[in-house]
Amino acid sequence: MKREYVMGNGAIALGALAAGVNVVSGYPGTPSSEIIETISKYPQPGLHLEWSVNEKAAMEVAASAAYAGARTLVTMKQVGLNVASDPLMSLAYVGVKGGMVIVSADDPGPISSQTEQDTRMFAQFCRIPVFDPSSPEEAYRMIQDAFVYSEKYSTPVLFRPTTRICHAYASISVPEQFPVHAYEGFVKDSKRWVIFPRLSFANHAMIEKRNPRIGEDFSAYAPNHFTGTGTKAIFASGVSYAYAKEYLKKYPDVRLCQIATPYPFPEQLALACLEGVEEVICIEELSPYIETQLQQLIGAHRLPVKVCGKLTGHVAPSGENSADSVARILSDFLGTAPADAGPDLSDMPALPQRPPVLCAGCPHRASFYAVKKAMQGKKSYFCGDIGCYTLGNAMPLDMVDTCLCMGAGITMAQGLHWTDPDAACFAFVGDSTFFASGMTGVVNALYNEADMTLCVLDNSTTAMTGHQPHPGTGRNMMGNIVDKISIESTLAGMGVKKILTVDPLDLSAAVAAVQECAALPGVKAIIFKSPCIAISKPTGKMQISEKCIQCKKCIREIGCPALITIDGKVQIDESLCTGCGLCSQVCPVSAIQ
Amino acid sequence: MNKDILICGVGGQGTVLASKLIASAATACGETVHSAETIGMAQRGGSVTSHVRIGEDAFSPLIPSGSADLILAFEPAEVVRNLRYLKTDGLVLVSSVPVKPTTESLNDTGYDGTEMLTYLQSKCRCLIIDARSLCAPFGSTRYFNVAILGAAVGAGALGLAAEAVLQEIQKKVPAKFVDNNIAAFRAGMQIGGANGIK
Repeated sequence: MKREYVMGNGAIALGALAAGVNVVSGYPGTPSSEIIETISKYPQPGLHLEWSVNEKAAMEVAASAAYAGARTLVTMKQVGLNVASDPLMSLAYVGVKGGMVIVSADDPGPISSQTEQDTRMFAQFCRIPVFDPSSPEEAYRMIQDAFVYSEKYSTPVLFRPTTRICHAYASISVPEQFPVHAYEGFVKDSKRWVIFPRLSFANHAMIEKRNPRIGEDFSAYAPNHFTGTGTKAIFASGVSYAYAKEYLKKYPDVRLCQIATPYPFPEQLALACLEGVEEVICIEELSPYIETQLQQLIGAHRLPVKVCGKLTGHVAPSGENSADSVARILSDFLGTAPADAGPDLSDMPALPQRPPVLCAGCPHRASFYAVKKAMQGKKSYFCGDIGCYTLGNAMPLDMVDTCLCMGAGITMAQGLHWTDPDAACFAFVGDSTFFASGMTGVVNALYNEADMTLCVLDNSTTAMTGHQPHPGTGRNMMGNIVDKISIESTLAGMGVKKILTVDPLDLSAAVAAVQECAALPGVKAIIFKSPCIAISKPTGKMQISEKCIQCKKCIREIGCPALITIDGKVQIDESLCTGCGLCSQVCPVSAIQ
Repeated sequence: MNKDILICGVGGQGTVLASKLIASAATACGETVHSAETIGMAQRGGSVTSHVRIGEDAFSPLIPSGSADLILAFEPAEVVRNLRYLKTDGLVLVSSVPVKPTTESLNDTGYDGTEMLTYLQSKCRCLIIDARSLCAPFGSTRYFNVAILGAAVGAGALGLAAEAVLQEIQKKVPAKFVDNNIAAFRAGMQIGGANGIK
């Protein structure tokens, strides 16, 4: 064994490798992306690893491999599970042969997501088990157990860490060499692998009979456990359990129960924990899941126990918990001393805000600016999408009117067109998002005769989540160089007649391309092609000459973080400037070179 | 040893390397270490923090308020933003060099860090370090991340021996930068050891 100091996502990856995982697929999404990246650093014989084109594809690749008996891992963030929910709902009925673990990382806060959805609720909806680790160390052990339970009950299982588990670091002991899980291969059996209403009916009955048995099994699963005594009990799951333990360091005798497998709920364990208890508080994030489970259990058994939590206002209904918030909740609940709150900071001076902005030299800034200039004074709608370029909404660009979910910008531009045919409707989509879920939207526009201009912001990477490769980059996670899938040919193949490819950093050419496309009816596409500054070499630094008249147009128009004022004078911050030259094309007196 | 260390600054200042060096040095000394970084959108010019927790009974990945023994701050406003984490008798080491927000040029608030440093001095024990002059011999304030570790060791506040940190610098820093980093670390040690803590 050797010790490794790893991020929670690394611990999940190493746990899957220790379980002999054979096929791993997923789509990047904070806070889950580092799982697949870690696995890529440990190439194993016979292990297939891929960034799939989206979460649905990842789920299906892993599902059929698990039909063949392989151990499979699928990774995504919680909103990715929505994309993959179509195969998952059906797969829950069909089941698997090899262990299949679906990691769906939840993001309470939310810190970098669109929703505060709860994968535990999804597990209950799908009727499949879910594991909920409370630390990186536990995640390492628990994901190995997840494969075992998946095979024991021939069902896919969910595994849901949250951001604070995914991004926390800890030391774990891993084997020098990972085992290889041997499997039989696909055995044809259409009664088992082909879903029909009759199979669904039979399997639904089987699942409802099976799940209480899993709940019993889980009641004896070691991470589900309670300690302490008394008439008050605390139920917690995930990182909230760790926060509760942090506060209870001074009160080790208080009854504390960890729910490590929220569904099927370990009822027998919960009932044992509730013995002699008069009042319970549920410390959890996102949905009041444990709270409603306990309410049902207490109601069914007519127990004289009061349940507190989110539904009773004792725990915040939204946002993430913290060691501080849990300490406050528990000191109120237990009547114990509040935790040390630190220095009194009520007289704190106003702090400067540091909102996220597009990086200095980011080509997206130039693309947005070109469209803005080209459409100045014309009625236009700008539908954005998910990626770094969502930041195009910030001042002074202000170029994102809508943002909903992956790929939605393309179809939403169409909806706006049908409500306002006189307006020019634009959709902005990144290259990775285009492949993930943009293509069907383009077909929809062509087929239904919408007028819209598609702007593909092609920076040759999946930048926001940490520069993962995608079908357009020409390399995959097996380390192979593959044919690049051309966005231009893809669009041409669908039937888009007008496709222009421009360098957004050539402002006048980019503006001309937008004007040309905007004037035409039908579906037009502009591919703004320029690599992300984080994966390309800077071309030099811009300099401001004495010709500068301090009009500050550059700052007001493009808002690049490398354009700063010192003592009221415009300067270039050389530590940030990449020499993209956009500011020099904006300057009215050619003072920036 | 039980020690909670918070590192804070602005994305791009090298806070992550500082936290990695502490974590690996403490691990090499046989300590149990947990840490957590802010990752994602916040990195792009935003406020960043690293929480390093040394000791067996650290359960929360983030340091609870009022628990940090030491705050290593790379920017005056960022330490005030995170001051709630400091223990009553905790120590702050802070760079006096302000980093203006990227939006400052759009709406000038005149932020220069001095108000933050005055406030800090009224609230806790702190050592204010002029990162610019400290790092001048090395040609870049980027070496401050290692220099501040040296200052913490020099002040006897890190709970780790200089040798333990120096070994990790040798392991984790690219070869061509090792000499400068070691020199920056030693320069920091001198400042930390000069007992300028108020």
